[in-house]
Amino acid sequence: MALSHDVLVVGAGLAGMRAALAAQAAGADVAIVTKVYPVRSHSNAAQGGINAALNPEDSWESHAYDTVKGSDYLGDQDAIEILAREAPGAIVELERMGVVFNRDEHGRLGSRNFGGASHARTYFVGDFTGQAILHVLYEQLVKSGIRTYNEHFCSQLLADGGGAVAGVTAFDMRSGEVLQIGARAVVLCTGGIGRVFEPSTNALICTGDGSALAYRAGAPLMDMEMVQFHPTTLKSNGALISESARGEGGYLLNSEGERFMKKTAPNAMELASRDVVSRAAQIEINEGRGVDGCVLLDVRHLGAAKIMERLPQIRELGLEFAGADMITDPVPVLPGMHYQMGGIRTDVHGATPIAGLYAAGECACVSVHGGNRLGANSLLETVVFGRRAGAAAAEFASGRKAASLPESLRDDEERRLRTLVERPGTERTAALRLEMGTTMTRQVGVFRDEPTLRDAERKLALLRERFAGVSIGDKGRLFNQALVAALELDFMLDLARTVVAGAIARTESRGAHTRVDHPRRNDAEWLRHTLCHHTPDGPVVSTAPVTITQWEPTERKY
Amino acid sequence: MEVKLSVQRCHPDARPASWWQDYTVDVPEHATVLDALLAVRDDQDETLTLRCSCRSHICGSCTMRINGRSTLGCKTKLDAARARLREGEPIRIQPAGNMAVIKDLAVNLEGFFDKVKAVTPYLQPTGPEPEREYIVPNEAMLTVREAMACILCGACVSACNSLEAEPRFLGPAALAKAWRFTEDPRDGRDAERLEFLSSVPGGIWDCTHCFACVEVCPKDVRPMERILELRRRSMEAGFTDNNGSRHSQAFLDTISRSGRLDETRVAMRSVRGPSELLEWTPVGVKSFLRGKVPLRHKPIPGALRVKAIFAAAEAQGRRDSKRGAR
Ligand SMILES: Cc1cc2nc3c(=O)[nH]c(=O)nc-3n(C[C@H](O)[C@H](O)[C@H](O)COP(=O)(O)OP(=O)(O)OC[C@H]3O[C@@H](n4cnc5c(N)ncnc54)[C@H](O)[C@@H]3O)c2cc1C
Ligand code: SF4
Ligand code: SF4
Ligand code: FES
Repeated sequence: MALSHDVLVVGAGLAGMRAALAAQAAGADVAIVTKVYPVRSHSNAAQGGINAALNPEDSWESHAYDTVKGSDYLGDQDAIEILAREAPGAIVELERMGVVFNRDEHGRLGSRNFGGASHARTYFVGDFTGQAILHVLYEQLVKSGIRTYNEHFCSQLLADGGGAVAGVTAFDMRSGEVLQIGARAVVLCTGGIGRVFEPSTNALICTGDGSALAYRAGAPLMDMEMVQFHPTTLKSNGALISESARGEGGYLLNSEGERFMKKTAPNAMELASRDVVSRAAQIEINEGRGVDGCVLLDVRHLGAAKIMERLPQIRELGLEFAGADMITDPVPVLPGMHYQMGGIRTDVHGATPIAGLYAAGECACVSVHGGNRLGANSLLETVVFGRRAGAAAAEFASGRKAASLPESLRDDEERRLRTLVERPGTERTAALRLEMGTTMTRQVGVFRDEPTLRDAERKLALLRERFAGVSIGDKGRLFNQALVAALELDFMLDLARTVVAGAIARTESRGAHTRVDHPRRNDAEWLRHTLCHHTPDGPVVSTAPVTITQWEPTERKY
Repeated sequence: MEVKLSVQRCHPDARPASWWQDYTVDVPEHATVLDALLAVRDDQDETLTLRCSCRSHICGSCTMRINGRSTLGCKTKLDAARARLREGEPIRIQPAGNMAVIKDLAVNLEGFFDKVKAVTPYLQPTGPEPEREYIVPNEAMLTVREAMACILCGACVSACNSLEAEPRFLGPAALAKAWRFTEDPRDGRDAERLEFLSSVPGGIWDCTHCFACVEVCPKDVRPMERILELRRRSMEAGFTDNNGSRHSQAFLDTISRSGRLDETRVAMRSVRGPSELLEWTPVGVKSFLRGKVPLRHKPIPGALRVKAIFAAAEAQGRRDSKRGAR
């Protein structure tokens, strides 16, 4: 029997679960397809917290302004206003669902400082905020009874005759069974594209599947060149040391023991925007004032008690992967790929230009982060815009008849996957993935210029050709992870090319995108979004204006 | 550095029985067991199947048994895994225990999640909705957080001794989750929760306090301690009409009386009444024939002093609970 739902959400991270709950609340029959069990989603990794102007001394305008400024004026201000206005309600709602947020001495929600913010407006659960929220949303998902297709890999978007999205194909990774699931609306919440870079702070499942699916279906990807490099990652495996280490008062030092941030951000110091701190750290390393290719993160002055109460997990990571106990030693860190500001272009209701297709969370680009995301704004985006997208998708679904798709689409997809598994070849997925990732990190990193980007473009086009020769090392049906890895690489190769195409097109420096050959921000030409369109020959770039409501662009100083 | 791994493999669609396969990989000094397995999968054998995602012990995917111990592959450094091995002996990798293998290290998790779902795992406030957030002391949140640290990795379930004998046992992870709600000042359904947990087959009384879950948990959740607390609280709440709490009461009674365990008495008093006693008669007879049911129970010398210790402990307990200490 053909499966079908009003709203189908792809992804069960924070955005996906929030969207599904909202769609159900709006009366829709909802289901979720997710390639990992919901509690395994990458939202787990968020350590630092989630932003909201909840204190009486704070205001949503201040939160919005900080976000606009942080975005280097590339964020769309209508979306940012919504984000900041809805934040307090969203946090309170999470608390009432059961999130065990830290409290102040009066038993009310207690906040901490975070980078780029003018108030202490980051709400947190120790240093595992993401996990604590993800597990509570999972509790709500259990309560809702929403059907979840766990460990099902969504491999294709299906369209009806009129070009509107009408469902997906997905396969149960465990059994290999291919399903065709019809839907009146589909919400993509598939998370970030971190694994396009090597190393990255992102989990191994962050391969941008939904972004690539939407892109191939004709939805444009916006501002893909805006990739956030987090200033404090570990050299050995790219693991993140959360901004909360600096939020609690940690210092960044060069080999001379100097707090080098005073040169670029004398006021905000270590808590300037991430793009600013990453550039400063990379300059220290490039100019020979690093320590073994790193700078030093020092929290010793906070004392053992505070470190143990507020940063226990971070200390554990330092111990394990850098061999340094933060209580007694500084930890060597360097900038590393962390977050994708760009993504599937949506309006403030999560709608993409394709009828019936919605997106929210890290895979989407509304855009609230513009050129640079502020720490703790991304968890917020997942719940605020996840809810909006879920509700909008439910409304769209209620006004539309279910498309009757031929059931042969399932068989076609099964055949396609089978052919892929059985095709001969000499290339290996892992080797191509590594080449792609290191090319991106070396040539599309913190500092960029045209010749290097052009070279990366050539290399990626070659990798795309070589992908046709990849042979899949597991020929079975059961839990074929080699097949999954190849499909993910296929997605990532498309995405890598959009990042490079955007980076070549944007001939200015703004937010996280720093062009050594175009070192200034150029508002006259580039107060615009880049849009990448899919063609058989690779991405084609156009631009679109940025929405400005009340904050005119000025120079950013921290 | 070069490491040797021996992996217990299983491909039910291709081979009827599981087998051990050895691999040698070259990985960096700081690498974990997971890194080594991924190097194998990337470069040598794409059919090797295992779940993983975060590589930083937060997603709970990579649960496996390493040299027999249930743990996370990404939390186990190769150095640590090799520490107790002989020169040249490979690190032994097996799938998690107490769950059926789907393929290699990937086990079937449906039952695991079903048990989590069985404990009504969501907040059930009963009072009036507050205008904003619930006002609760930070200490209460810190306590609840000890269990929220759980990543549902199932290492505890893999190691649990009771589960081997009683597959219905809800198990350490689900019960730690249940504890989180009874401990949360915002939840209003303690009584219902405790009643369910103490009476459902496979509930809190099926734990044998073997400590395995406490020992293996990568997040220091200490599930056994939560279970013991749930038992204490459910008895306090009056849910004593079950074999578990009768057993524990009888246990205490016989020791306080004679200074040592009176197995016969404990067994007789643990069951509900004559009819249930009849059900257990065959077991009783077998035990008797094997000499496991002493007919005469002699108190130890100084049994009176034991009684005094019990009395003192009880008095202290009463004073503590008056002060509201928990
Ligand atoms: C180390 C780290 C720390 C961070 N710290 C913070 C912080 O402190 N504050 C903050 O605000 N942000 C933080 N972020 C960013 C934030 O965590 C993420 O942006 C956010 O959690 C993304 O949530 P999401 O719901 O969009 O996606 P995810 O949580 O990544 O979920 C994606 C979902 O999509 C599913 N999926 C993907 N592809 C498929 C497919 N093909 N088929 C089926 N399902 C699929 C997956 O199964 C998964 O359920 C951090 C990020 C990292 C990497
Ligand atoms: S202490 Fe109880 S729950 Fe924990 S492993 Fe042993 S029997 Fe299982
Ligand atoms: S209690 Fe510990 S071992 Fe058990 S599932 Fe939770 S984190 Fe894993
Ligand atoms: S990979 Fe996430 S817990 Fe090991």
